[in-house]
Formats: sequence, structure tokens, C-alpha cells
Amino acid sequence: MLEQIEKIRVEATEGIVKASSSAELEELRVKFLGRKAELTQILRGIAQLPPEERGPVGGAANKGRKELEALIARSAERLDAAELDAKLVADRVDVTMPGAPPRPVGHQHLITRTTRLIEDIMVGLGYEVAEGPEIEHDYYNFTALNHPVGHPARQLQDTFYVQSHPDVLLRTHTSPMQIRAMETQGPPIFIVIPGKVYRRDSDATHSPMFHQMEGLAIAEGLTLADLQGTLLAMSRALFGDTREVRLRPHYFPFTEPSVEVDVSCFQCEGTGVLADGGRCNLCKGQGWIEILGAGMVDPNVLGFVAEKGYDPERVQGFAFGLGIERVAMLRHSVPDLRRFFDNDVRMLEQFA
Amino acid sequence: MRVPYTWLREYCDPGLPVEELADRLVMTGTEVERIDVVGPPKPDNFVIGKVTEAVQHPDADRLRVCTVEVGEDGPRTIVCGAPNVGAGQTVAVALPGARMPGGDKLRKAKLRGVASEGMILAADEIEIGDEHDGIMVLDDALAAGTPLAEVVPLAEPVLEIEVTPNRSDCFGVHGVAREVHAVTGAALGPDPWAEDAPAEAPGNVEDFAKVTVEVPDLCPRFTARVFRDVKIGPSPLWLRERLAAAGQRPISNVVDITNYVMLLTAQPLHAYDLDKVPGGELIVRAAREGEKMTTLDDVERVLDPDTVLVCDRDRPSGIAGLMGGQVSEVSDATTNLLLEAANWNGPNILQTSRRLSLRSEASARFEKQLHPDLTMRAQAVASKLLVELCGATMVPGTIDVAAPAPEPRTLRLRGARVTSILGMEVSQAEQVTYLERLGFGARVDGDDLEVSVPADRYYDVTREIDLIEEVGRLHGFDRHLPTTLPRVGEGKVGRLNRTQRLRRRAEDELRDLGFDQIVGWSFNDPGEAGRLRIEEPDPRADPILVANPLSDEGAAMRTTLLGSLLGVAARNLARGAESVALFEAGAVYLRGAPPESGGPLAGDFPGDTPAPVTEPHRYGALAVGPLAPRSWRGGGEPVDFFALKGVLEALAGSLGCPPLEFEPASEPFLHPGRSAAVSLGGAPLGWLGEIHPLVCRTWDIDAAVGFEIDAAPLLAAATLGEEAFEDVTTFPAALRDLAVVVPADTAAATVRAAVLAGGGELLRSAEVFDLYAGPQLGEGEKSLALALEFRAADRTLTDEEVDAARASIEAELTKIGGTLRA
Ligand SMILES: [Zn+2]
Repeated sequence: MLEQIEKIRVEATEGIVKASSSAELEELRVKFLGRKAELTQILRGIAQLPPEERGPVGGAANKGRKELEALIARSAERLDAAELDAKLVADRVDVTMPGAPPRPVGHQHLITRTTRLIEDIMVGLGYEVAEGPEIEHDYYNFTALNHPVGHPARQLQDTFYVQSHPDVLLRTHTSPMQIRAMETQGPPIFIVIPGKVYRRDSDATHSPMFHQMEGLAIAEGLTLADLQGTLLAMSRALFGDTREVRLRPHYFPFTEPSVEVDVSCFQCEGTGVLADGGRCNLCKGQGWIEILGAGMVDPNVLGFVAEKGYDPERVQGFAFGLGIERVAMLRHSVPDLRRFFDNDVRMLEQFA
Repeated sequence: MRVPYTWLREYCDPGLPVEELADRLVMTGTEVERIDVVGPPKPDNFVIGKVTEAVQHPDADRLRVCTVEVGEDGPRTIVCGAPNVGAGQTVAVALPGARMPGGDKLRKAKLRGVASEGMILAADEIEIGDEHDGIMVLDDALAAGTPLAEVVPLAEPVLEIEVTPNRSDCFGVHGVAREVHAVTGAALGPDPWAEDAPAEAPGNVEDFAKVTVEVPDLCPRFTARVFRDVKIGPSPLWLRERLAAAGQRPISNVVDITNYVMLLTAQPLHAYDLDKVPGGELIVRAAREGEKMTTLDDVERVLDPDTVLVCDRDRPSGIAGLMGGQVSEVSDATTNLLLEAANWNGPNILQTSRRLSLRSEASARFEKQLHPDLTMRAQAVASKLLVELCGATMVPGTIDVAAPAPEPRTLRLRGARVTSILGMEVSQAEQVTYLERLGFGARVDGDDLEVSVPADRYYDVTREIDLIEEVGRLHGFDRHLPTTLPRVGEGKVGRLNRTQRLRRRAEDELRDLGFDQIVGWSFNDPGEAGRLRIEEPDPRADPILVANPLSDEGAAMRTTLLGSLLGVAARNLARGAESVALFEAGAVYLRGAPPESGGPLAGDFPGDTPAPVTEPHRYGALAVGPLAPRSWRGGGEPVDFFALKGVLEALAGSLGCPPLEFEPASEPFLHPGRSAAVSLGGAPLGWLGEIHPLVCRTWDIDAAVGFEIDAAPLLAAATLGEEAFEDVTTFPAALRDLAVVVPADTAAATVRAAVLAGGGELLRSAEVFDLYAGPQLGEGEKSLALALEFRAADRTLTDEEVDAARASIEAELTKIGGTLRA
């Protein structure tokens, strides 16, 4: 009896291992483990066996059955996977067809990108950001910035005025926000103000509408050297870690001393000469590029907000005004200011 | 201001190449825009010649064949076409090889068969004035062969200086020379006004002239001198060269002298033909309202009482500080001269100049406010020249009608303050040196200085801080200024505020939803509202107007972003774009005060008065053509109302705003059936819709969809960044779908509201996901399918609870005529 069981086991194992389809495997299962299978019959007949044989035969038959069951399960898994593979291989696509286009993402305007960049740099230096009105009162745009009525400096900026409101104008700079910010908050104050400004001027380097970033820092003991350090930090963040800045004395009515600020040219590394020996076109061979106007806030300006704690004998500081388009033009080689407001999508889509 | 270098060096010669001087000036605050070279590029081959013979050209009526001595090389034959050439003249000659202005090289040439070995020069040929009628006839004392450059500067470098409005002194060559002295330390010569002319005519100035000033506040000083036996003629070459190089056309000696002295001292002068001034009497008075006068430029001008006139007994003779009149102009016949050097009120000159749109070299100086003392300096320099160059004799005395002179100004300069403002040390000795070079007086008082301010800087330097600037700039920021970073904040952290962060998020979201950001013009032409079919009394039809626009295109402040978006879309489509999706984040400008006053940062006008304008910040979007590109797998569906509605809802969702509300409503520029008024929490936000076909046609666009909403209420409702955790995982939700049949005109929002009302607290969301209308339903009916989510925070819901809620929903739906579909 035991030999018979062993023979069945060997025969069945051989068949199961060789089975090449699920159907064949099912046939083998019915043949060896089904109700009419030999092994099933043996197990059913155990009770008729002599008592001393019942133990060994029953054990062997049970063990054989379990082994075969496990083997069939493993084979079934193997055959299922093989059959699935065969089906998948038949389900073939042309991998060279174009991919489905994702929904397109739009583009940030270069003015926005540049504004954020400068804001982030100044925030990194500890500054806050403020915004303010573009249609402005003469008092904020001129008078409180030390441009009294009849002062020739008013003519430095050709101004758009609002009809039937002789005191109302389109702000010519973001500087009115110096006064508005100081009227709102006492010293110390460290803020930048981005925004649109307007001047009556139009050519390749002048647009009647453009954007500025104003900076204002007032506290005890701020110096012109601090202004230089601040602008150096900003210039390096904007134009590269090896940049230098230089301050040229200048005149603005609302700062004293006033300076124009040049940054060393990042195209020729400040030499004025390109690698091929030609004159640098970016700095016109000067090695320096003018980027902004700045200065120590004039005590007269602080005098307009003295009741907010801006006593020029106690606090002092600096202000600067940066052209955002100018920075964008330098950083991205945009040749003409007017392109920013043309909004040609072929240009917009060049900048993510 | 054009400063010829030779003229400058007469007062202060820095011994530097002009480029190096320019660099030094630039780094100390005098902006040199460029260095211009006047005259021939090189002085070689320009000499003095003597015409020994001038005979008619055999073959040309208008040419003369001249024999000209030019020194060593012997006489040259030169063919000359000038009508005034003649034997015995001393002339300027260009020999072959000379480089003419513009760079052309002069060569030997045959003129009508006669060889010519050079050119006898007219003034304009070496850029001394624009005379071309005849050759220059020079002083006979000059020897033949003398290099012309020894007589008159050739290849003269001219510093073109952009004078800032505070530095009226640099509107004179002498002021620039003082600056060069201060910057370089090179010696400054004696003041050119140190010596006056002898007064050798009989009588006294009061015998010939009388001046009355009726408006002393507008005319702080009026000085006049009288000259006799004046001989009008051309100025000498050196004077003409200087004027020409400085950009002033030489005219005649008297006029040239007044211009020359103005260019030297910054004080304008005016010369009158005394014989044309009745009784020699001048009156300075305000114009009468509506008074008319013809100025030298032949324009009749209507005046008002803010205009100051210089008049003779009978009529106005000139507008003070701006322009003379024709009546008493100096002519070739003039022999007696009255020379005016006056001082005017700067702001008044500026305003008059603007009002009359009249500017002159004189007004450009007067409007900066000159010191009254400058008048007598100019009188002294001009008198000497009139005597020397015009053969004039000066009548003794000066008429001097002057208001009390401005108080001398003394300022205290604290040594500690210099350091604390600049952040660099400037020793007291250096401070004194710099100030004295600039013409200030400095007396040491401990660590401080008592500084007296010279007349040329009187109105510019009025405070200690102005002195600090002078000291600092001469010390040199480029060489000495340290680079330090201030301690910022004192406990505050630099960061964007919440609104600024939300704005960035909103802009990023619109970009990520497929829209290109534009920056539109804030102004447009006043017809834009009309093209958008917006009509009065809609406030958007009444834009804020610019009083002085560059053109009609920029005459009105925009009242919508839509106009900008349509313009940009149309332009891009015309340039070949097949579709565009654009957005703008920017302001529009409306009449009337903002609804709430918010202090100076929110735009209030001075004294906390509300501004007469509001500048709401808005988001606008416009799409033309498909939002998703066409491909072999689909896409390319034209954008419609619901596509933009999805964008707008996604924008609000990205900020964590509660759901937006949409109601059918129309704007004149929108499709009346496919447009909505958008609100949030009941507050109006803006509009959404398909653009009216007539508006599209105006912009030459087939079809477009857009929205425009106010940023403030949207950002105010945002919860982004302030979200609190809610447990939605411990007790799972029960999900159910629901189909309800309602009359076709029932709004989906009405159905949804009924479902939410019926679902009660357990119903957390109900979203419409399908719409069906067709044969399976009755006429005039539609079916909406909604996905419902039921959830409780403290337990897993039982089927009984959900069924009860569903029954309650059904009851609510019945109230609006709805029935549940099986
Ligand atoms: Zn360069």
C-alpha cells in the first residue's frame, strides 16, 4: 500500500510540474485529488485496513495529498502569470505616438518675477514690503519730499496731472510711499515699496509707465556706509557674488547726500573689455552700469513726519529707488523697455 | 552746459587730460555726459596766411585765384569762392593734409582748371559759428605761417555737463573752474570780476537812465550801466570760438559779450539801445491781466499779473528773466548802450516760463534763484569787454535798485555729525581744505567748524547736512567710504504680510491654471468704455482723465482690466497666435473715494481726507480658443463659460475661500445668456462670462470668455495658512449618489441648496456630477445627479441614520418640485 502511495505521488508530481496550461493542471487535479482519484479512494478505505496498518498508510496518504495540493497551487500561480503576460504582450500600443499634452501651465510676467526677486532679497535683509496708491496727491509726490512749489527740481520729472484736480497726479516715483509709510509707523522702519510709476516720456529707454522699487531705512545711527553695504548685498544677490558697487555723488531733492549707484559690469567683470578683446556693449566699455539713485533721507523730509517720532537729530537713514524694468533688462538681456508692456505671448512664454 | 576746455583752463588748469578730469568730476558729483570735440580733429596743417594777390579766375565768375603767403614753404595758389576775399587780408588757411571737422582730409584739387593748394577758411568750416557768407578776415598783426591753433583753439574738447538744479553756480564756466579747483587742488586764478572797467565818459549814469522797480519781491536787484560811443561789429575770433564751442551762436560784439559773461558768471545780462528807450527810463512792474506783448521770437503773448515786465515809458520792453522785446533791441546802428544785470525771483521765473511755455538760457539760470551779488560781478566783466572790444566809454556810476541783501549765512558743522551721517572719518583739516576750495569760509571751533557760505552757493547750501554732502563728496565715496550692513529690525522679522503672500498665491494659481500673466497699460483712450458698450451712468463710462496725456491713447485711466486683456489678446491673435489665455493682476482707477478710509498706506490724501479716486486691485482673465491643446487623443474644445468658471473656482479654492456664488446677471459687454455675477458670502466680487459677440467683433476676436473680480474681498475670505485640523479618518464617511428630476428651469444651485438643507449636519458635501435631459424624462424636465458624503465626527454612521437623512432630503426636494429617480 505504501509503495502504491509513493508511486502515485511521483507520477502526479511529474505531471503537475510539466503541466503547461491552467486547463491541463485542472485535469491533473481531478485525476489525482478528485473524488474518484486513487489517493482519495485509499483515504476513504482506511477504516477497512487492519488496525496496525491504518496509522502508517493514513499518514502517508495525507502527507502525499497535502504535498500535491501545495504543488498544484504553486503551479497555478506560475501558469496564471505566464498566461497574463501572454495576454499583455498581445495588447501592444505604438509607443512612438505623441504623449497626451498635459494642460498647459501659464507664465509669470518678467516684471512680477523681478519684483518678487528684489522683494525676497530685501525681506532676507530684514525689510518689510508695502504698497500704495498710484494716483497721488502733490503733497506726497513733491512737497513732503522737499520739492516745494516753484522748485526747479519739480521739472526733473515730467508729470501727468489728473484733469480738474490740479493737486492730483500720477505718481512720478514710488517715493511718496516714504512719507505714507512713516506717517503710519514710527522708527525704526525698514521697508521696500514696489509699484507702477508714470512719467511723461516715451522712447526705447523711457516708458510713460514703468515700475520702481523704493527702499527706506530709518533708525538711530544709520550711515551712508550702511547704504553702500545694503546696496552691495542687493547687487550681489541680483547680479552675482563678485559684483562691486560705487557711489557717485548726485542730486535728488529728498536725499542729502545723494548718490547714483553703479554696479560693476557682470558681462565683462568690470573691465569694460570682453574676452574677444572687443568693447563691452553692456557697460559701453565703462566697466560700470548705473542701476539706481539713492541717498541719506533729507532732514526736511523727516521734518514732515516729525510728530511720528522722526526727529532728524535722533534718527536718520537712507532711501533708494530702483527701476524694476532696468533690473529685468539687465538680467535677461531685454533690449527695449516697451517690450514689457507689449505682452507678446511669444516673449511671455520665454519666462516660466 | 558746454564748457570748452581751453576756456576752463584760463581759470583753473588741472594739468590733466580732459578724460581724466571728466572722471574726477563724475566721481565727485559733476555729471559729465560726454566730451565733445569742436573744430577739426587735429590742429596740423592749419596756419595763418597773407593774401598777397587775388585775381579773377579765368573760367569762373565767382572764383578768385589767390596767392597766399603761409610762411616757410613759400606762397601757395589757392582758389577761393568767397565774395569778400581780397589782397592784403590776413586769413586762416587749411593746407593739403588738414583734417576737416567730420574727418575728411583736404587734398590738392583743380578748380576749373586751376590747381588749388589749400583752402581759405570761413568760420563754419572750423566750427566757429555758422557763418558761411565769407572767409574770416583776421588781425593783421598775425604772422604768416603761425599755426592757427596758437590763435584759436582747434580740436577743442568741450565738457558737456548735466548741471543738477541745485548747482546754479555750475551754469557758469567760472563755477565749473572752482569745482575743478576743489576736486583737483589745482590753483584757481583771480576772479575775472576782480577788476572793473574805467569810467571815462562825462557825466553820471543818472543823467542818462532811470530805473523804477514796482515789485521788489519779484525783482530783488536791478543794476544798469550806460556806455557811449559803442561800435557794433563782429567779435574777435577768440570770443567767437568760445561762444561757438559753448553752443552759442556769435552775433555781434555787444550781444556776444552779454552771452559770454552769462556763460562765464551764470548771471544773464540784457543790452538795450539806449536811444530807443524813451527818456532812458525803465520800469519793472507786474503785467496787467490780459496785457499783450510780442516777444523777440515774434509770438504775441497774453500775460497775467504774475508775469513781471521790464517796460519803458510807453510799453513793455521784455518779459523779466525770460526774453527781451523788439523795441529796444541792439542793432548795427546802436551807439549808446544801457546794460542791465538784474536779479529775479526764481520760483516766479519758473512759473512764468512754464505758463508761457517759454524757456531761454537766461530763464534756465534765473529759475534756480541766483544771488543778487552776481549782478555786479557780471557788470564788471561785461564793462571791461565793452570798453576793450567795442571801443565803448563807460559812464560813471551804476544804477542799483536793490531790496535789502540776503543776510550772510553762517552754518555750524559738527565734526561728530560728519562721521555719523557718512560713516567715514574726514579729518577737520581736510574738511577745512575742501570747504575753502569751494569758496566757503571755515573757522575752527573745537571739533566743529563755523562755516560761511559764498554767494554762488547761498540758496543751495542752507543747512549743516548740505555741508556734510560737500565734505563727503570731495573726500571721495569711491575711495574712502566703508561698506557696512545696518542692524535691521530690532526684534522684527522681515517678511511679506499675509495679503502679500495670498496675492502671490493667487497669481501663481492663475499661472498654474494655464494663464500667461500680462502687465497692461494703466491708461487707454477715452473711447474704450464705449467699445465695451458701457454707457453712462455706469461709473466705468466716466474714467479719470489725464490732463496732459502724451496722446489720446493715454488720456483715460482704465476702469476695467477687460479692455487691457482684449487689446493684448487681439494683438497676439493678429500676430498669429491660435489661442491665448491671459490674466492680469492689477489696479483699475475709479472716481470717488474708497468705501472705507484706511489711512496713508491705503491711499488717503493729506490730513486723512479720502482720495477722490479708488484703485481697486483686481484679477482679470481672458481666454480665446481652447484651454487644452488639441491632440490625437482629443482636447481642443473651445473655451466656454464653464471652463472659466472652473478656473475661477479653482482660484478661490486655492486660497481656501468658501464656495463662490454665481447668479445669472449681465454686463453690457457679456453674452446675456452666458454670464454671471460672482459673489462671495453675499458680497459682490465681479463678473464671469462669455464676451458679447459685438464686443469681440470690435476687437476682431471670434469668441472669448473671461472674468474680472476684486482682489480685496477674495483675499479677505481666504483661509489659506489658517486651516485647523479636522479628523475625517477615524470614523469613515458614507457615500451615496442621488438622482433628482426637477423642472428644467430650476437652477442647480437651488437643487443643491435643498439637498444640503435636507441632509442636515451629517451631510458634509453634495456635488452635482451629472446632468440629463432626454426621452427618459418628461417634457420640460431634467435630471441632476449628486454625489453625497455623510459623516459624523464621533461615530460611524449606521445605514438607518443615512436613510433617515436621505428621506429628509427627499422631503426638501419635493418642496422645489423635485422627485428622486429610482
Ligand atoms: Zn561690461
